[in-house]
Amino acid sequence: MLGIIRQKVAGKLNHALNFEQGVGAVALRAFSSSAKQMTVRDALNSALEEEMSADPKVFIMGEEVGEYQGAYKITKGLLDKFGPERVVDTPITEAGFTGIGVGAAYHGLRPVIEFMTFNFSMQAIDHIINSAAKSNYMSSGQISVPIVFRGPNGAAAGVGAQHSQCYAAWYGSCPGLKVLAPYSAEDARGLLKAAIRDPDPVVFLENELLYGESFPVSAETLDSSFCLPIGKAKIEREGKDVTITAYSKMVGFSLQAADILAKEGINAEVINLRSIRPLDRSTINASVRKTNRLVTVEEGFPQHGVGAEICATVVEDSFEYLDAPVERIAGADVPTPYAANIERLAFPQVEDIVRASKRACYRSR
Amino acid sequence: MAQLTRRSLRLLRPTSAARLLTTTASTAPISIETSLPFTGHNIDPPSRTVETSPHELLTFYRDMALMRRMEIAADSLYKAKLIRGFCHLYDGQEAVAIGMEAAITRKDCIITAYRDHCLYLGRGGTLLEAFAELMGRSGGCSKGKGGSMHFYKKENGFYGGHGIVGAQIPLGCGLAFAQKYSKDENVTFTMYGDGAANQGQLFEALNMAALWNLPAILVCENNHYGMGTAEWRAAKSPSYFKRGDYVPGLKVDGMDALAVKQACKFAKEHALKNGPIILEMDTYRYHGHSMSDPGSTYRTRDEISGIRQERDPVERIRKLLLAHDLATEKEMKDTEKEVRKEVDEAIAKAKEIPAPDTSELFTNVYVKDFGLEAFGPDRKELRTVLP
Repeated sequence: MLGIIRQKVAGKLNHALNFEQGVGAVALRAFSSSAKQMTVRDALNSALEEEMSADPKVFIMGEEVGEYQGAYKITKGLLDKFGPERVVDTPITEAGFTGIGVGAAYHGLRPVIEFMTFNFSMQAIDHIINSAAKSNYMSSGQISVPIVFRGPNGAAAGVGAQHSQCYAAWYGSCPGLKVLAPYSAEDARGLLKAAIRDPDPVVFLENELLYGESFPVSAETLDSSFCLPIGKAKIEREGKDVTITAYSKMVGFSLQAADILAKEGINAEVINLRSIRPLDRSTINASVRKTNRLVTVEEGFPQHGVGAEICATVVEDSFEYLDAPVERIAGADVPTPYAANIERLAFPQVEDIVRASKRACYRSR
Repeated sequence: MAQLTRRSLRLLRPTSAARLLTTTASTAPISIETSLPFTGHNIDPPSRTVETSPHELLTFYRDMALMRRMEIAADSLYKAKLIRGFCHLYDGQEAVAIGMEAAITRKDCIITAYRDHCLYLGRGGTLLEAFAELMGRSGGCSKGKGGSMHFYKKENGFYGGHGIVGAQIPLGCGLAFAQKYSKDENVTFTMYGDGAANQGQLFEALNMAALWNLPAILVCENNHYGMGTAEWRAAKSPSYFKRGDYVPGLKVDGMDALAVKQACKFAKEHALKNGPIILEMDTYRYHGHSMSDPGSTYRTRDEISGIRQERDPVERIRKLLLAHDLATEKEMKDTEKEVRKEVDEAIAKAKEIPAPDTSELFTNVYVKDFGLEAFGPDRKELRTVLP
């Protein structure tokens, strides 16, 4: 139905790999001085280890986090280091163990609850929203909930409709929650540490396909006190012609799209949202006021999505600055199919981002 | 202002004859038999002989009378439209709250669902804070932002106050998890009703509590109706104390405060050594499910008045006090008058307290909310950066 540009860009993410194999390292533009590389997996693992060492109240709970070393190996080695009291394997009972985690947080512990994927969080969503997010408000500050809910979110590769949904928009709409979506290893480390230290409930949306990706990390990032602020987006690539907002895996796609656009004389500014809630409206608006054009990119379903919120916020705050309608790139409005060719069509690809950016610049083809 | 400070139910100032009675009453132990024996599931039940004292019995009487009065007053306030939304009343079930408090400390935790007013009082909450919260005033225990279903008193081990049926059960097991993690030798009483007893998350949480030996005591307040559905219409097996299967259980006469006390004491000892246990309190609520339920479409008025005559918990203690010569009719009538006055005064004071300031709309959304934006319905009108 649409002409699909053949991808010849090296480092395209291979959708056919499963989590057991590492995804090939993608060299990205380094923003740091050091040449050390770290996978997102190692970044998360090291963040968990450091925070657990620093605060004895932090513990991990979830399916296969202990003896299995983590379904995606994020918690590898932690059981050996901290013992079964602090790395707790649960039965397959999301509603039960999420409630137990929230109750433990009420009492003053700092749980990190892992969902094997956020698709399973739907079984526990009552506890995330009604027991965790709203408690501090309903109790007028008496019952705080310093908990982190983390796990892979969004599409993997070939896992089908029930295992591929992105929940950023659902959790992002809920007051009382903070919702983070890291992209790089630096994001993973800094945001997870911030989430664990934060006194509020945090939903931490990782991405399975990013776990194996390597990113350069600075000495500062590797320091155990490293922390990123919650609620601040990062400008991954500065530009002046069009603003592209993205989170998680789509940041990588957007950066690739920006490289392609640069060859055609369009200088794109790529914003890595990092924080879905609170949304960094000021960074987004400042960027749009500079470029006058906006493309929002997300993997999730389009209706009531993150892009819809970003579009609304820009229209509310920076209407006079827009030179073109806001473009939204999102997942297709369908449950995710299995067959590789149509699965590919169900999710944004680099060429979709390129095309939309050109449209925003009134350049077709 | 003395009235605003939390008044522990066990520390009474002798400003009246009735209070003089309780403070000078003897703490010498006396033994009383519970009305019914306990029934055990996979466990040997405790003895029917309960150790108590004149002081304790008098305190039971006064505290239950206070709770009864509070709930009846809440009924009137609701009909006068001073209380809005939901209001679930506990009258009839007072013995469970009172008996439990007598067996535990404030370091033990209690968590319950929405029928929480009396448990809040038992945990040291004041009448003033309760009524102010019900009427949506800033002096309420949740500053008017919670309402009837969201009373909390964390410093006294009361964790609410929950509106979603059954959710409090895993939460309570989580409290027990934290207690075990911190090695603090305390237990959590997780309360739920016969309606919630069929919830899947109960069994999920119970399984984990048993696996990990958590000091969790699941207390089913079986008042025989889940909203309007009688227990035999909702549960294939209404023997809730047996539903734990591998988890031991005890069936208790929930209208007998001494039986409740004995069971809770027993359960606490068990939970600290052997993990979870289920207590089924056979109790009854006189009101309907909530103030919007007359409570008579699914049960007969004869049933309600029958229980009131045969099993009323306050009446039972009254009879006990008379039988053991611990108080006279007049003294107990004086106590009731005093309690009524206390409730009326608290209501009058609560009515004076203003509603929360409109800025409170945006407070406590987060603990750490510095610099975060929040929007009202018209985002151009009501928009604030959180303090």
